[in-house]
Amino acid sequence: MNVYPYLVAVFLLVIGAFGIARSHNLIHAVGCLSVAQAGTYVLLLAVGYQHGAGAPVFGSPASTPTRNVSDPFVQAMALTDVVVSATVTALLLALSVQIGKRHGTVDPDELSALQG
Amino acid sequence: MPTFDHGAADIPALAITIPILVACLLVAFGRRIPRPVVDSVALAAALTVLGLLAALLASSSHGRVVSWTARWVPEHGYSVGIVLVADPVGAGVAVLAAALVALALLYSWHYLSSVSGHFHALMLLFLAGMVGFALTGDLFNMFVFFELMGASAYALTGMKIEDPTAVQGALNFGIINSLGAYVSLSGVALLYARVGNLSLPQLSAALAGHRPDALLIAGFVAVSTGFLVKGALAPFHFWLADAHAVAPAPVCVLFSGVMVPLGLYGALRVYWIVFARVFPHGEIRRAFLVLGVLTALVGAVMCFGQRHFKRLLAYSTIAHVGLFVVAAGLLSASGTAGALLYIAGHAGVKAALFLLGGVMLDRYGGVDEVELWGRGRDARVIPWLFVAGGIALAGLPPFGTGLGKAVSEEAGSHAGYGWFPVLFVAVSAITGGAVLRATGRVYFGLGADPRSRAHGSETSGSHERSDVDQPLRRVPLTMLVPIVGLLLGALAVGVLPGAHTAAEYAAGYFLDSGGYTAQALGSAGHVLHQTPLPNWTGLGVGLGLLSAALALAIAAVALYPPKLRVGERTTRVARAPIIALHRIHSGHVGDYVAWMFVGIAALSALVALPLQR
Amino acid sequence: MTRGLRLLLFAGGAAATVVLLVFGVLGLPHFGSSFHPYRDHAVPAAVSHKTANVVSSINFDLRGLDTFGEETILLASVVGAAVLLRPAEDEDEKRPLSGGRILDSTRLVGYLLLPVTLLIGLDTVLHGALTPGGGFQGGVVLGTGIHLLYVAGSYQALERARPEDLFEYGEALGTGAFACVGIAGLLAGAGFLGNLLPQGAFGSLLSSGSVLLLSAAVGVEVASGVVVLLARFLDQALRVGKDTPR
Repeated sequence: MNVYPYLVAVFLLVIGAFGIARSHNLIHAVGCLSVAQAGTYVLLLAVGYQHGAGAPVFGSPASTPTRNVSDPFVQAMALTDVVVSATVTALLLALSVQIGKRHGTVDPDELSALQG
Repeated sequence: MPTFDHGAADIPALAITIPILVACLLVAFGRRIPRPVVDSVALAAALTVLGLLAALLASSSHGRVVSWTARWVPEHGYSVGIVLVADPVGAGVAVLAAALVALALLYSWHYLSSVSGHFHALMLLFLAGMVGFALTGDLFNMFVFFELMGASAYALTGMKIEDPTAVQGALNFGIINSLGAYVSLSGVALLYARVGNLSLPQLSAALAGHRPDALLIAGFVAVSTGFLVKGALAPFHFWLADAHAVAPAPVCVLFSGVMVPLGLYGALRVYWIVFARVFPHGEIRRAFLVLGVLTALVGAVMCFGQRHFKRLLAYSTIAHVGLFVVAAGLLSASGTAGALLYIAGHAGVKAALFLLGGVMLDRYGGVDEVELWGRGRDARVIPWLFVAGGIALAGLPPFGTGLGKAVSEEAGSHAGYGWFPVLFVAVSAITGGAVLRATGRVYFGLGADPRSRAHGSETSGSHERSDVDQPLRRVPLTMLVPIVGLLLGALAVGVLPGAHTAAEYAAGYFLDSGGYTAQALGSAGHVLHQTPLPNWTGLGVGLGLLSAALALAIAAVALYPPKLRVGERTTRVARAPIIALHRIHSGHVGDYVAWMFVGIAALSALVALPLQR
Repeated sequence: MTRGLRLLLFAGGAAATVVLLVFGVLGLPHFGSSFHPYRDHAVPAAVSHKTANVVSSINFDLRGLDTFGEETILLASVVGAAVLLRPAEDEDEKRPLSGGRILDSTRLVGYLLLPVTLLIGLDTVLHGALTPGGGFQGGVVLGTGIHLLYVAGSYQALERARPEDLFEYGEALGTGAFACVGIAGLLAGAGFLGNLLPQGAFGSLLSSGSVLLLSAAVGVEVASGVVVLLARFLDQALRVGKDTPR
């Protein structure tokens, strides 16, 4: 249990990349990229966890601030990471839509315009 | 009491914020204001940022300019804030970025489609990303600005949506760079868990002298991967040719001139500040040299085999990236200085060549040297600019490329690697020769009619869509001025007496990780004293002339191939590896992902295996 | 490259990468450990600026430059997607097909949930300094909440409620406001994105100084950005098509 979440993170990163490598559909490939990124969320949040600690929010219900909380920095980083993922996915999906229109296919094996 | 200067220290934040504010204005009002106003506002913003950054560069020569945002300064060596550190190299790269954006916006004046101001907004956001990346001293902040550069770049690459190759190239670019960034972020998480902070000076202070255990090796390899993908080091380089071939010419200027060198800058900055006192120099030097040589050779061979002019230039960028990595990978002040000069000179020359390629596309509707054979015979000034660019790329003195080449070769020979001059001369001659060959075909009609020969599966340049709506009758001044300006800039780098000493000086600061850490954490900066190293040497000039002459010879042989008495079997065997190399560059994103992981494996092996002993 | 060769290359590279990363994570502090030096410094820093939500304090106060960059990434992506999804030269925007049945129950639930969702989004944004949440989370709820009109009604209803110009202004305004707060801090000597405003009492609504303001700016920007992004995708799917013959 001491390293299990970290191993899950590594697995997600590699399996997402594997999905892109063997993909037959660009939409699927963009989804696999999100899976690879999910590995980074797991890694960040796992690094910040502390057994028995509360959440780093003292507002509601109001409580006295204490240092016995989980790491807020990795939570902020994961939030930034999620926003980046959403935006990059949006751009890549927009590109996939246009590829589908211009090439008539979204199968990477059939896109042969950029060779050599 | 730590002193954080309040004058120049405000500039980094302003230089990042101003382009973003102007981009917001263009997003909101771009549709309603006339095109000349959009052009002027964007250009004015870029020039303002350029002025600010030039002042910052001048100030940084007296010691790095440090600013902790929101005044979260370190107490007892620990801070919770983000630090922006401008040393001469960082400020210099930022100045280069601003200058190239300004020239690219000038080139785009009036003629390039602007999609109601969105093109200009994306260029300014791209500028903000590059400036932020160059000036920040925090590892997670580097990731954020890296992604900002990426998001704007993917959109700018795919702008010509009617062109099937443009959207495919942009997608390949987007997937590979993003995957690299996520691998980097995993490395950042590992380092954070070990140290508990992510600002470069604090990482440096915490890790100095530690034994490189498995976590630090994994952290170094992972963090470097993302930056080296952006920096197009082999085998992470496949995306670059696809992206450059399809992006509008002014965007390619930014990619080759400053975005790709920024990737190398990021990898080297993180190495020097965080890892230089952890890993033994010999292992890392070997890793950089091996990968650099591989990149240079792959780039040169692929460059020569292209008929699509922008892809040709893209592969020549890859070849030169290999040379930059080889020079900077010596991990010495003179090697780094040579790399800096070479990057500056190359930026001017390559940018000018890309803009010239844009002119070719806009006048003749294609960039394929086979299809356009002889089409440019009636052009008067442009062909000679192409020729100047080609021999400058080959390293003719006194261009900046020649000076960078000379200093790097000298540094390599001093360090005991006698093959440096051979590699540099060969690669620059091949790439320069390819440009000269293409120029000879298109603008002088030299050589036999290439359409009669069979060609392999290389991407043809005849399906490229023009950047402008109507084919250009004559080249407007707004396109000519940036081209000439860039070539003169590249010349200035080699000729101005201050350039060489400035590079030496900047390199000294770049390598001084102890000084960086100390100054960021509060002690006053001190001016480094360095012994000046030789400038243009006789040998350097001679090698530069040699590679220029070789480039002309290579172009001549390519245009008028001599009839050799070799059998068909021999030619087939000789060409087989080249054909295999071309087939590997398949345009398939799955292949690129596979090669990226091979690259991670290679980098890990080069770094980790020698440490096991 | 053939598929088999590609997967073989990937397998080799991935195997080495897995070895590298697994050995790396084995060197991490064990899961759930108490070694978090940044937290030890960040909690007192947040409390000193009267911000009850430490994560929001990190986002908008301690490391505001990261959030500024992230907000700008969102702006760049929305602008980029707008560029990439524009009608091409051989296309135009035609009228959407009307019709299709919507169940009455869907319509009822959609219209009931619309104001509730918008309120929740607004609440999340404005209480960013007190409760888990903040500009980004609330902005996404607001932006997607508006699309309940599309789920429960029709595309025309959504278009009437969503004048695109307004939301493009909103995007630019949100990012611009963030930048201006930053520069105001710079000009007042508190550093870029310095927390200058009166910080109020810990735990009250108007506490935390500029964190609240920045959270609101981000909320506006994210909500507008999400609306514009979805508008472009929906337009591509429903309206844009090859030029109709006259």
